[in-house]
Amino acid sequence: MNDIDPESRPRGTVIVGNGMAGSRLVTEIRARDPHVPLTVYGAEPRQPYNRVLLSNVLAGVSRPDQIGLVDPSWYEANGVDARLGVEVVRIDREARVVHGSDGSAVPYGTLVLATGSNSFVPPFPGTEDGLPAGAVAFRTLDDCREIIDAAEGARRAVVIGGGLLGIEAARGLAGRGLEVTVVHLAGHLMERQLDPGAGKVLARTLHRLGVCSRLDANVTGLGIEAGRVTGVELAGADGGRESIGADLVVVACGVRPEVGLARAAGLEVDRGVVVDETLRSVTDPAVRAIGECSQYGGTVYGLVAPAWEQATVLADLLTGADAAARFTGAREITRLKAASVDLVAMGETHHGDDDPEVEVIRFADASRGTYKKVAIRADRVIGAILLGETSTAGTLTQLYDRAAPLPADRLSLFFPGMGGAQPADSPVRMPDAATVCNCNNVSKGRIRACWEDGARTADEVCARTRAGTGCGGCRDAVEGIVAWLGEQDSVAAG
Amino acid sequence: MTDTAAPDVQTHCPYCALQCGMSLGGDGDGGPLRVTPREDVPANRGGLCQKGWTAAEVLTVPDRLTAPLMRASRDAPLEPCTWDAALDRVASEITRLRGAHGPDAVAVFGGGGLTNEKAYQLGKFARIALRTSQIDYNGRFCMSSAAAASGRAFGMDRGLPGPVTDLGRADAILLVGGNVAETMPPFMRHLTDAQKAGGALIVVDPRRTATARQANLHLQPTPGTDLALANGLLHVAIQEGLLDEEYLAARTGGFEAVRTVVNGYWPDRVERLTGVPVPYMREAVRLLAAGERAYVLTARGAEQHARGTDMVTAFINLALALGLPGRPGSGYGCLTGQGNGQGGREHGQKADQLPGYRRIDDPVARAHVAAVWGVRPEDLPGPGRSAYELLSALGTPEGPKAMLLFGSNPVVSAPRASVVEERLGALDFLAVADFVPSETALRADVVLPTAQWAEESGTMTNLEGRVLRRNRAVPPPPGVRTDLEILAVLADRLHAPGTWSDEPAEVFEELREASAGGLADYAGITYARIEKEGGVFWPCPSEEHPGTPRPFLERFATPDGRARFTAVEHTGAAEDVDADYPVYLTTGRVLAQYQSGAQTRRVGPLVDAAPEPFVEVHPDLAGRLGIADGDGVRVASRRGTATVRARLTDAIRSDTVFIPFHWAGEGRANLLTNPALDPMSRMPEFKVCAVRLEPVPAGSAPVDEGAIA
Repeated sequence: MNDIDPESRPRGTVIVGNGMAGSRLVTEIRARDPHVPLTVYGAEPRQPYNRVLLSNVLAGVSRPDQIGLVDPSWYEANGVDARLGVEVVRIDREARVVHGSDGSAVPYGTLVLATGSNSFVPPFPGTEDGLPAGAVAFRTLDDCREIIDAAEGARRAVVIGGGLLGIEAARGLAGRGLEVTVVHLAGHLMERQLDPGAGKVLARTLHRLGVCSRLDANVTGLGIEAGRVTGVELAGADGGRESIGADLVVVACGVRPEVGLARAAGLEVDRGVVVDETLRSVTDPAVRAIGECSQYGGTVYGLVAPAWEQATVLADLLTGADAAARFTGAREITRLKAASVDLVAMGETHHGDDDPEVEVIRFADASRGTYKKVAIRADRVIGAILLGETSTAGTLTQLYDRAAPLPADRLSLFFPGMGGAQPADSPVRMPDAATVCNCNNVSKGRIRACWEDGARTADEVCARTRAGTGCGGCRDAVEGIVAWLGEQDSVAAG
Repeated sequence: MTDTAAPDVQTHCPYCALQCGMSLGGDGDGGPLRVTPREDVPANRGGLCQKGWTAAEVLTVPDRLTAPLMRASRDAPLEPCTWDAALDRVASEITRLRGAHGPDAVAVFGGGGLTNEKAYQLGKFARIALRTSQIDYNGRFCMSSAAAASGRAFGMDRGLPGPVTDLGRADAILLVGGNVAETMPPFMRHLTDAQKAGGALIVVDPRRTATARQANLHLQPTPGTDLALANGLLHVAIQEGLLDEEYLAARTGGFEAVRTVVNGYWPDRVERLTGVPVPYMREAVRLLAAGERAYVLTARGAEQHARGTDMVTAFINLALALGLPGRPGSGYGCLTGQGNGQGGREHGQKADQLPGYRRIDDPVARAHVAAVWGVRPEDLPGPGRSAYELLSALGTPEGPKAMLLFGSNPVVSAPRASVVEERLGALDFLAVADFVPSETALRADVVLPTAQWAEESGTMTNLEGRVLRRNRAVPPPPGVRTDLEILAVLADRLHAPGTWSDEPAEVFEELREASAGGLADYAGITYARIEKEGGVFWPCPSEEHPGTPRPFLERFATPDGRARFTAVEHTGAAEDVDADYPVYLTTGRVLAQYQSGAQTRRVGPLVDAAPEPFVEVHPDLAGRLGIADGDGVRVASRRGTATVRARLTDAIRSDTVFIPFHWAGEGRANLLTNPALDPMSRMPEFKVCAVRLEPVPAGSAPVDEGAIA
């Protein structure tokens, strides 16, 4: 095989986008098939990184070089044609060729769009040509670096947007010693994931950590002086204006799917590229879409877990590893990554007590920052919030993920170790049949018999029954029983 | 005791790899031997579990085999015969089948309970008396994944990184998939010592076992997700800045690739995969990294998986990242299971190995061992099939036609046991050497009654890597021969090259020579030294060498002396739950029984303590299925059905059930298990498969075929 012109090359899979979804798909395909021709385009010139960890980088918990997902050398070692720093400028669906910004033209058998999304920046007056210095939309590693640099000399920061990412950014900046205010349009923080009660407790917790929240706050513009940001402008309650001074403004107002290429190529696009359960475009069977640029069942999934699930399904399908694999929707579970704020939320959390079909269990201890809520329908978890203390999160997430029936003991959903009675530890309450020494199968009854037979010390009892000679863990219990038998005896004698 | 009684014999328990020291004494009247725990053996320091206390009863079980048995044809019953008749038959069948189909037509299957001398001799017998490549042993079902992972990371696999008493001084111990409170109870004393001194015990187990109940922290993951958990713990360690960077630079290689992979295991993703809450992961990592001395220990729960080598590797990666291996009082260790699980894997019972933990495909190793055996290197066969592959090839057109089996009971202990039974039935000839009529022996054409434990001498290598002496306390009953005697006589009848002593001491001398220069170098170990020093740790290359209680302190056994990281990814169990089989099954052991139960099911007090198989079911799951405590339950997997009694407990996850594997017949856990094999270690996935449960209608309670009343 040599001197073959590009047109007659075997048509492989071309993946557009090397973010969380695209890079995962590349490794999933290679794990199943070491040979299928693979090309991946990534707009960012660096190795793909874990976007979930950007908040850690912002908080200074992880270094930027600690969040890579695929080593740069991996591509060559695994025969993947990686075109990093190259954007795809056009898709020719008729010829089945993608054209890159480097002038390349790569034919495809299957094209996978994994173009992700871009941050949404409200159209503030004076920002038509971009945000002023000191104002950054938080989305990429470069954004993250820019925020960190800006935070160096800054004293006050405003974060526009009190959703997941905004709060993580705010917490990170507070950890760097800045005065931080979160300005949020809705009436409580993270209103998509939390009910008002949880939002309130969260705001209180954040306040203690140096993050103020301004709720129901409509940002009308940025304060800009000499090309630098000086704060944000809010619409006041009485129709007037208010401004909050800041030398760093982080915009975290959500994201929009990046669907420009798909639209230009004539694929059906709603909010994302519309796909079926094989992640195939409903317009063109040679095109698939995964991650935040795709839309399945009317939903654009914004978290990483569904994107990785889609990557697994698609790798199964494209390599033939599992031709029956399907993506039939995903359950989204959100965990806030912010130091000293433990928060998990999933599913429908807004239910009150008015729906007879839905049972709601709550536990709140606002002064300690704890708020727990589970919504149940037909014996299944349909939504849950754990804030402040999350040691049952493992149980709850799995019950929710699998739509598994609930434990009879509902308390165990909130408090670990509450399930089941503890064995009786007092010799008095222990039945004679209870095993005291597991290693040598010695019951309380046998210890009693041994005592009645004349053994008066734990040593004697152990020597005769072999209790305590295995792991040694029951020694205290044997001593307790012997002491109790002695007391009983003296009571009887007295 | 009378004045005429001989002094007690100092030896070790016949069961697990802890090899508790015990003395055996008698009153000289032929009555049962008296067991006394030894205070001078650090492993147990005077402790014994019920199995140990009752060990002497195995010597006098009513159905002890004392004469060879033979059946005239496959359909005929087993009947007593003379030794000559039995050995003639074995030799003639071997000769016939070898003549018709070549040397690989005859297979050998060994066991991790055999002494070093027997394991060595069995491997030699296969290679130069039978000239077959087809030999493996039940240790493949035990810790082979840990062995493969240790070999890959450290260049050498030796159970614990130091004397077991070192554990008592640890600041933290992470124990993954091990229920030592039941499987080797006196081992708990060392963990308790650590806890009493302020150390933390962290247990990873899907069940709240007796061990987990004593832990300071219990992580209870979904079966089959241990690798994700380990990567998640390492992710947290990196995030919290707890790595030992200096150690990473000086003593390891390959960390960057691991870092990249674990970047994809952020805590909440791992929480979702494993069910272990994020705060518990953080706590575990903090405890492990906080002190000076810490251990990561794995046992069967981490190892018996279709990705067992990678699972163990993930935990070794964690230990390495924290700088534990190769530091005194810290490290990674595998808790070996069988009595001689360590020594049994070092001296040539494994399909791919020669004595001294040498690779059979290494020309230098072949030349060395061939010279000791007095044959040409080219006369040695190459690597053969691994245990389950060997068993499932029996009687197939390409597979062996005959098998000799020593010290194992695969009808009960192998995965997908019904297939193993079927394959044994398809053999032209099966010979089994055992001291009781085990379920496998009962399917043999010839059964050779052998001496056991207290009736013979030899060496065992315990979980510490310490070589110990097993001493004869009583003569074998009349009519019984030792395995070494049987091999010597058969070698003679087969006109094998080499010398075939039936004296353990002489075989050990040869083993020393054969292992010299290998990884498991026993050259400097003598019976006298073992007695004098209370055991010797290998490697010990010369009689002047003190032995190696703590290997790797200077360098690892890799070519460049550095420990190697290997990046590993979570893929989940080979068989996941689905609508048809919605519940995970995990298997394991109970305190009063041992392995296939061939010994312990014959000891009255142990049968009283654990009379029959059962399935542990969470009350929530039981409630949904209409199962009450004590009900008969049919547990079905894609491979078979087992009928056992339900035991309701909230100590198990509600998505998982547990069946111990010690019993034969209808309640055999291994009728259900999945023989998906690890690509490297060839270990089957005993620890997770998918099942469904249904109550057995009242009036048809399960029959317990296994227990002997």
